[in-house]
Amino acid sequence: MAKSLTQEFVKGLWEELPPFRLVLGLCPVLAVTTTAKNGIGMGIATTFVLLCSNMLISLLRNIIPQKIRIACFITIIATFVTVVEFLMKAYTYPLYLTLGIFIPLIVVNCIVLGRAEAFACKNGVAHSLADGLGIGLGFTLSLGVLGSFREVLGAGTFFGHSVFGAAFQPFTFMVEAPGAFIGLGILLCLMNIVSSK
Amino acid sequence: MNDMFKMVLVLAVLCSASGGILAGVRSLTMDRIEYQQLKFEKEPVIRSIFADADNDPMTDRFKLTDGDTQRTIFPGKVGDQNIVALEALGKGGFSGDVGLLVAFDIDSDTIVGSGVTTHSETPGFGSKAKEDPSFVAQFEGRDVSSAASVKNDGGDIDAISGATITSRAVCVGLNEASAIYQRLKPELKKSMDNLASKGGSN
Repeated sequence: MAKSLTQEFVKGLWEELPPFRLVLGLCPVLAVTTTAKNGIGMGIATTFVLLCSNMLISLLRNIIPQKIRIACFITIIATFVTVVEFLMKAYTYPLYLTLGIFIPLIVVNCIVLGRAEAFACKNGVAHSLADGLGIGLGFTLSLGVLGSFREVLGAGTFFGHSVFGAAFQPFTFMVEAPGAFIGLGILLCLMNIVSSK
Repeated sequence: MNDMFKMVLVLAVLCSASGGILAGVRSLTMDRIEYQQLKFEKEPVIRSIFADADNDPMTDRFKLTDGDTQRTIFPGKVGDQNIVALEALGKGGFSGDVGLLVAFDIDSDTIVGSGVTTHSETPGFGSKAKEDPSFVAQFEGRDVSSAASVKNDGGDIDAISGATITSRAVCVGLNEASAIYQRLKPELKKSMDNLASKGGSN
């Protein structure tokens, strides 16, 4: 019944890949993936929160009363999110300016609360850390891939470097809101084709 | 009852711990955040206002006490003009306050330049207050004693099209900066004289 640590870690990378498999946490997925860098920055911030909250909630799982568990989870998550916000302001200020409001919104990201409720409050610390790291990395990779896809087509650049040269006419709509849905749809479709074979 | 007590206790302890951690992280990162804001928000505006200053307004900056707040002042000498720049918040933007740096000529009491530092206005509309220099250029040469307002409100400032609320907030910021300048003027003058004599001895 109990899965190994590796299994808990790996499931977040494909089987339960948050945005594409579980189709969760779509608000930041759609909003910040205008460039690969923004996507990965957001992913790393979320991974940090997920790791810390999974660890602490798993440690406190026998102390937190069942009736007020959600309030306790949110307090813990919000604390780590605010810590991330301070750290980003202090060390990666330009990235903080572009991600802006989406950093505090990690508090209500359903992936973070979802892992706390579905996993960390029922499993040990090691398994919770493996689960948080897997899901977090999966989320970061998904955002990075979607961000790269949109940046390459929408702006003709990859991490700010030009890919196609000056002659390329970028599909500007890819970096705007509709492009997010279309990009997500295409990637979902590709993933389904690959896994159905 | 016992259950109730436990719930209150756990939540209270958790929230106090959270508050303590946040206060700690905040005080640890405060200086660094202030430096980052200076570098990424204020420095570009300062550089454009003081494009041909003889000193470096960034390194010469100092703080003055204004009531119960500390104001950072950027002094600059352009030729024989003595200029001070300070930041004020324009309350009531479309989404939050608009930060505005305003530079004053201390001898003639006129505004010589200004620029938006922080804002969260709508990209493409309100954000033009920062991106389009012709909007803040309207304030140049204005006397500090005359309050600015947009034409809709009976003033003489052309609002950015589609962003009257943002334009209004910028005017509020400008008037706020003028008020601070007038309050601090005696001290500003003293500091500028010090700066001038220091520059002379070097």
